Amino acid sequence: MDKLYEFLSGPGLWIAFIVFALGLIIRVVFLLGLSREKDKPFWDHTDSGWALKSIFHWLVPFASQSTRQQPIFAAVIFIFHVCWIGVPLFLQAHNMLFEEAFGWSLPSLPEGLADILTLVVIGCGVFFIVRRLVRAEVRILTGPWDWFLLLLALSPFVTGWLAYNQYGPYQLMLILHILLSEVLLIIIPFSKLAHVVLFFFSRTAIGFEFGARRGARVW
Amino acid sequence: MSEAANEKAPEATAEAPEAPQPVDVKKIQGILAANDGARMRTWLSICARCGLCADSCFFYLAKDKDPKLSPAYKAKISLGEMYKKKGKVSREFLDKTLDVVWGQCTACRRCSMYCPFGIDIATMIATARAVCSSQGVLPEGLARTTDNIRRTGNQMEVSTEDWVETCDWMAEEYGEEVGGLEIPVDKQDADYMYTVNPREPMYYPQDLGMAAEIFHVARLNWTVPSTGWDSTNLAMFAGNKVVAAIPVKNMYDKAIELGAKNILITECGHAFRSAKFEGPYWVGAPGGNPPVPVVHSVELFRDIMRDGKIKLKHKFKAPVTLQDPCNVSRNGGLWDVMRELVDLLCEDFRDMSPNREYNHCCGGGGGFIPMGAPFKRRRMESGKVKAEQIRATGATTIIVPCHNCFDQINDLNKEYDLGVKVVAFKEIITELMVIPDDMQPVEEEEEVEAAEVQAEAQEEAAEEAMKEAGEVQGS
Repeated sequence: MDKLYEFLSGPGLWIAFIVFALGLIIRVVFLLGLSREKDKPFWDHTDSGWALKSIFHWLVPFASQSTRQQPIFAAVIFIFHVCWIGVPLFLQAHNMLFEEAFGWSLPSLPEGLADILTLVVIGCGVFFIVRRLVRAEVRILTGPWDWFLLLLALSPFVTGWLAYNQYGPYQLMLILHILLSEVLLIIIPFSKLAHVVLFFFSRTAIGFEFGARRGARVW
Repeated sequence: MSEAANEKAPEATAEAPEAPQPVDVKKIQGILAANDGARMRTWLSICARCGLCADSCFFYLAKDKDPKLSPAYKAKISLGEMYKKKGKVSREFLDKTLDVVWGQCTACRRCSMYCPFGIDIATMIATARAVCSSQGVLPEGLARTTDNIRRTGNQMEVSTEDWVETCDWMAEEYGEEVGGLEIPVDKQDADYMYTVNPREPMYYPQDLGMAAEIFHVARLNWTVPSTGWDSTNLAMFAGNKVVAAIPVKNMYDKAIELGAKNILITECGHAFRSAKFEGPYWVGAPGGNPPVPVVHSVELFRDIMRDGKIKLKHKFKAPVTLQDPCNVSRNGGLWDVMRELVDLLCEDFRDMSPNREYNHCCGGGGGFIPMGAPFKRRRMESGKVKAEQIRATGATTIIVPCHNCFDQINDLNKEYDLGVKVVAFKEIITELMVIPDDMQPVEEEEEVEAAEVQAEAQEEAAEEAMKEAGEVQGS
């Protein structure tokens, strides 16, 4: 158990971070190269203004007609994403590890608040699960892989929360927390979760396509 | 081989029961590979399966939110499957896909706009169409029009003679209302080269006459080309880029040859999309831009009215609504131009909801109208969304600057008993415009008199000539 912990919190973490970062970089570089060859319309109609507008209107909740039509979903999506990225980055426990490893750290959230926000992420996750089951137009699109990714994306928060609050066997929870987080990081570049960066590219593309090419809004 | 055997061969094929042709997997793979760029790969891999696109689709909304009609699902079971199977698909699959990509989608692109990632679902459907089309699997109506374009350069097989004659006929007819009116053919260095939908010379020549009236009264320097006048492009909706390039190239070439400053598109949606946005890529125009600027009729009409080149007797009084053709509004960016024009023409404008780029497709786009009878029922069912939109405005007239929308809304008018008058912008303008004094038509009596005078003069001249001839003979 200790050895496993040592591996996961040492080399395992490095592997996960490197695969995550390199995976995304290589994927983006490859796609950009490919686009030079096969996506002429994209390069013919570049316009940073339209790209930024296309991104902005979909980052901010209710700035697009589509999200205004489903305001609850839009709000949950927004809160989920902010917390999903923010909580791990500004978590005191993580920042202590950063401090230890690199000698620097990010500012930390108060522990109590981080605990609540973790529950918020899990709550949003439950909402997604229910929505996926209840709404026919979402259910019909959902396959086993979608379920796996959704549960995987939530798992570090569940295990982290359990470990922090010392519910269940602490060490097992901690190991599971680290393990699942690393699996998640490794899978992100190779799955639909790559939208962490590809979102910006696909929104840029549609911004060029509708805006720069046709003078039409797309939000 | 004997000649007799040669002659018999075609007969034998004609008599043989239609055996299912094998699928040309190589060809399909070629199309899939050509489209497998960075955007396509991103779209295929990052769809979060959130389902937000569903509510954007009028097919989905009109059929009680049937999840099988959600755009993401339609893309997944058509193009998604093609990529997943690496092009190795069966004919049965293609037949089934035909029903999805043509029978359940008009390529209106509303879903592309409602997707959080901006996945261009309609473009994916269009790619699936290209794959089906490459195997001869496409609606009969579109196969026929594609064939017409391939053979004659326009979708309705109108010959150059018929086209020019129709122009002359309309010039004569409408010259009775506006003096000096002409429809100049192949005039050099015109400001606008006017291109139309073949249904105008075929079935609605008055469209041509009305356009000529407007251009003449506005004292425009314009022309119609003798060739390359068809700006529509049903091959685009048939998924055949090779044939789609033919009319576009004809049009661009003619505009360059004539030194026209702009290509003017009739009140048609998909013609504008083809000529201005897609066409440049089919013909390989640099920068993806047309070699000659492309202008839609609503833009020109707006300029004419705004600049006071045409004066109205009075504004249109009855309550009016406006159809936003997908390829003029959402895909053309002209929603505000159309509204400026409506405000210049009409007193009581009642916009639909949703409107502008958020408009719903009427259900007649994407090739649905020429797909004809086999798809008519479905067209009427999916058009329910548009019919309800129109009814809710309380307008008694609807302006429709697109031929396909026009036909569809006419059909919806009957099907749903909407009781609206369906008109083009041209009709409103020509009905209300003031004909300037110098263009008042020559009165009929005057004309007769003038003709008589001319006839007399001719007779006299003839007599004199005869006399002269006699004298010569006599001498």
